[in-house]
Amino acid sequence: MRPPSFSYQRLSSVAEAVQMLSSTDNAKVLAGGHSLIPALNQRLSQPGTIIDIGRLNELNGVSVTGSSKLMIGALTPHAVVAASNNVRRYCSALATACGQVGDPQVRNWGTLGGNLAHADPASDPPTVVLAAGGKLHTMGPNGERMIDAADFFQGLFTTALQPDEILTAVEIPIVADRKSAYAKLAHPASRYAVVGVAVFLNTENGSCTNASVAVGGATAKPTRSAAAEQALVGTALEDAALDAAAAALTNEIQGDAVGDIYAPSEYRAAMAGAMLKKAVRAAMV
Amino acid sequence: MKVTVTVNGKRYERDIDPRMLLVHFLREELGLTGTNIGCDTSQCGACTVHLDGKSLKSCTCLAAQADGREVTTIEGLAQGDQLHPMQQAFWEKHGLQCGYCTPGMIMATTAFLKTNPHPTEEEIRHALEGNMCRCTGYQNIVAAVKTASERM
Ligand SMILES: Cc1cc2nc3c(=O)[nH]c(=O)nc-3n(C[C@H](O)[C@H](O)[C@H](O)COP(=O)(O)OP(=O)(O)OC[C@H]3O[C@@H](n4cnc5c(N)ncnc54)[C@H](O)[C@@H]3O)c2cc1C
Ligand code: FES
Ligand code: FES
Repeated sequence: MRPPSFSYQRLSSVAEAVQMLSSTDNAKVLAGGHSLIPALNQRLSQPGTIIDIGRLNELNGVSVTGSSKLMIGALTPHAVVAASNNVRRYCSALATACGQVGDPQVRNWGTLGGNLAHADPASDPPTVVLAAGGKLHTMGPNGERMIDAADFFQGLFTTALQPDEILTAVEIPIVADRKSAYAKLAHPASRYAVVGVAVFLNTENGSCTNASVAVGGATAKPTRSAAAEQALVGTALEDAALDAAAAALTNEIQGDAVGDIYAPSEYRAAMAGAMLKKAVRAAMV
Repeated sequence: MKVTVTVNGKRYERDIDPRMLLVHFLREELGLTGTNIGCDTSQCGACTVHLDGKSLKSCTCLAAQADGREVTTIEGLAQGDQLHPMQQAFWEKHGLQCGYCTPGMIMATTAFLKTNPHPTEEEIRHALEGNMCRCTGYQNIVAAVKTASERM
């Protein structure tokens, strides 16, 4: 396999990259390359120009602003997100998800922003960013935008990102005493998610006061489940409550679940319930 | 386009087509054929090298992305006749049969030991998630990595 021909530019600032992107036909941004290069190799993507933003260090790193936001630069590699103490403390589900992406080589070079921009339905981080109530920061020719994760993920490989916009950072709200976890059924060969479920929970005196549940892998885009959330709130998260929430989730996504020769849609919908129970138990440890 | 890549401590300057993958740069431009290609889908790990010290599948990286950086390949591990402890351990523990996956296995596991010098068996198995072997059944590969970790 060899990529098709393209011209290549490596740029040294976000402004320069946006300018180049908006003035060039059929251009694509290259971050870690771990989705784009396989797509080039298989001729699924044939850009005329590749704009390499991989060395824009201003987009790389994790920080906490005030005490209310976790900010993760778009170019932060999965391995760095997974190992970050701030991510583990304030959004452990994201650390888990990034730590389960592919394999060590992929996690060293693939970036969180590239993963979210690519919006592969079998990806792990989008599910977590949606359940966390995350916001995506972008930069385009008309300036910055901030997009709610709920509006960002629009379908198979489709996001609200415009062709001349760059994703710059992911913002995760820090919510006091909120616990989270991510549980994944990995495809045995590719390691991508057959099903992944992220949960964010608050409890008071043993009772669940707030729940956010999202599922990915099983659906064309990461999807919140209001039915599962309702089934958890007000309970003590005991086995019967988890069974009810799992059934509610399976039932809610059944009609939308995707299927292929490895995992038919009924199986994915059923496994979503199983992953929900696993995630809630992991969050409450 | 012009790229300058330091491979196994030696600087190489070449004029390349931007679409050239790092693995082809190593094999075809530099003649370093120890790095193998085992798949079309970035999954097998046979092409694993170190880029700035971190393991990378060199089929999933443009040579242009390695411009100005340091690459280590399997050819860069031994010091003269003295095998790297990981190479020695693969030999002693029979961590290979056909040997096709071996350069990638050794590059992945030497990078891994830098981040986790004394891994458990389970951690070793996890670290090998990106490297496939069609011959050994992995048992002796895990034993080799364990042995190397005890000696390094
Ligand atoms: C073998 C293998 C296994 C994998 N397994 C998993 C897995 O289990 N789970 C999982 O979630 N993912 C998996 N991945 C995908 C991996 O997470 C990729 O790293 C990630 O999806 C893409 O990030 P990247 O930085 O490599 O992006 P690139 O490949 O560089 O770019 C991907 C796409 O996003 C666009 N893009 C990138 N960055 C930006 C930006 N900042 N702004 C705007 N557009 C941008 C590019 O133009 C391109 O269209 C796997 C990949 C491989 C090769
Ligand atoms: S050749 Fe198979 S992962 Fe690179
Ligand atoms: S020894 Fe033959 S593929 Fe591993």
